[in-house]
Amino acid sequence: MTPISRRKLITSGLAAGAGVAGLTVAARLAERYGLIPPDHKGIYGPGETLNYAAQRLLTAHSLAREFPRGMIAKEPFANYVAPLDDQFKRHQANGFSDWRLAVDGMVERPASLSLPDLKTLPRRSQITEVACEEGWSYIAEWIGTPLAEVLHTVGVLPHARYVVYFSSERDWWDSVDMAEALHRQTMLTYAMNDGDLPVGFGGPLRMRVPRQLGYKNVKYITRLTVTDTLKPFGKGLGSSSPEGGYAWYAGI
Amino acid sequence: MSAAGSSPKSPRHAAVVRVTHWITVIAFFALLLSGAEIVISHPRFYWGETGNVMTRPLFTLPIPASRNTVPTGYSYMLPDQNGWSRALHFQAAWAVVLTGLVYALFGLWSGHFRKDLLPVPADRKLHVFWEVIAKYLRRTPPDDAHSYNVLQRTAYLSVIFFLFPLVIWTGLAMSPAFDSAVPVAVNALGGRQSARTLHFFVSGLLLLFVVIHVTMVVLAGFRSRMRAMMIGDPIAAPERTLEHTLVEAEEGP
Repeated sequence: MTPISRRKLITSGLAAGAGVAGLTVAARLAERYGLIPPDHKGIYGPGETLNYAAQRLLTAHSLAREFPRGMIAKEPFANYVAPLDDQFKRHQANGFSDWRLAVDGMVERPASLSLPDLKTLPRRSQITEVACEEGWSYIAEWIGTPLAEVLHTVGVLPHARYVVYFSSERDWWDSVDMAEALHRQTMLTYAMNDGDLPVGFGGPLRMRVPRQLGYKNVKYITRLTVTDTLKPFGKGLGSSSPEGGYAWYAGI
Repeated sequence: MSAAGSSPKSPRHAAVVRVTHWITVIAFFALLLSGAEIVISHPRFYWGETGNVMTRPLFTLPIPASRNTVPTGYSYMLPDQNGWSRALHFQAAWAVVLTGLVYALFGLWSGHFRKDLLPVPADRKLHVFWEVIAKYLRRTPPDDAHSYNVLQRTAYLSVIFFLFPLVIWTGLAMSPAFDSAVPVAVNALGGRQSARTLHFFVSGLLLLFVVIHVTMVVLAGFRSRMRAMMIGDPIAAPERTLEHTLVEAEEGP
C-alpha cells in the first residue's frame, strides 16, 4: 500500500464535503418542491423517496393510458374485500339513497354531498386499466366526477397539500398530493361500464387514481379531508397502506 | 488507467469494477428474493395488456400462492410478504441502476469495454466461438488468465448491454405512472402483462448467467478469482497446472 499523500487527503476531504453539501441542498430542494413522501423514514425510505420524487417530476403533465372500448373486460375481476359491516348493509338495502360524502379540512365551504349532488357535477368517463400490485390487471370504463370538480365546489384553501380519503370500512383510508388530486383523471367514480358501480368494485363511490396501483383506489368513499399535513392521520404515514408495509406512493 | 493485464503490477480488476460488481451482486440477490416473493402473490402469467384470474393464463407456475384469490390447486397459502418485498425490490433496483450508470460511464471513459470486453477483431468469427466452446467441452484449463476469451466477452457484453437494460425496461413498463409519461415503453412490449412475463423470463436469464458465471469461477480457481475481484490481485501464473503446460506443449501454439 502506498501512503496517502497530503494532496490526495485534501482532495478527498473537499470531495466528501461537497458531497454532503450537495445532498443537503438536494434534500432542501426536494422538501420545498414537495418531493418527499410521508413514509420517507425507515430502511426503505431512500427508495420510496426516489420513486416518488422521480415519478412526480416525470409525470407532472402525463395522462394514464386510455383504451378503446373493445378492450373493456367482459368479466372484470372484483378483488376480495373484507366482509362489509352492518351499517354498509343498511345503506345497500336502501339503494344508497342516504350515502353521504363529507368534505372538510382546509376548504372554504365544508359540505356533505349525496350521490345525486355528485351527479350534478360535470360527468366524465375514462377507459383505463386497474393494475394490482400483485400483478394482475383489467380494463373498465369508469364514470364519475373528477375529484377536482368536488374540490372546486368546496373551495380549497391556498396552502392545502394533500387530500385524504376515507372508506366506510374501518381503517381503510389513503391520500394523494394536490397534483394527483387535481389531475383530470383522478375521479370519484359512481358508475362502471353500462351501469351503477357494483359493490364488489367499490360502489356506490370509489376513488379512481389511474396513474397509481389498485390499492390506491379505495372503495366506499364517505369522507374527504383537505390538509397541509398528513401527520395527524393514523401513524402519520399518509395512508393505512404504509402501516401494513406498503408504499404511500403507488405509481410503481 | 489500470486496465486488466496492462502490466503485471496493475490490479486484475480496476477499483470501480470491483466496487460496482459487489454492489450489483448484493442488489441482484435482493431483487431476486423480493421478485420471487412478489411472484408468489400471483404465480400466473399472461400475454397482452391485461390478465387476471378471470382470463386464461399463458402459463402458471405450479406453486401455491400467497393470496386466496388465486386458484392454484393447493389447499394452503404461503405467507404474504409483498409489502417489504416491493420496497426492497425498488430500493435494490435504484442501487443497480445508479451503480450501473457509474460502471457504464467508467467503462466508456476508461476504455474498459473496448479493451477488456469487446472481442478483438480476429475473434469475431463463428469458428473462434466453436473453438472456445470445444475447449470448454474438453475441459482444457484456462490459458490466459489476464484476458477474457471471446465467449466470456460476448456473455459479459450481453448481460451489461442487453439483459440489464431489458430487465430495467420491462420492470419500468409495469409502473402505471411511468407508462403515463412514456406510453411507448409498455406499448412496444405488447402491453402490461407482456412486460411482466418478459420481466420474469429476463430475470431467469440473468439468474442463468449468475449460475454459469459462479460455476466457471469455481472451476477456474475460486480463491484467486475472488481475490482478483475483491482486492484486485493479479491472477498469478502458478495457477497454471503442469497438466495444462503439457497440453499446450503438445498442441503447439
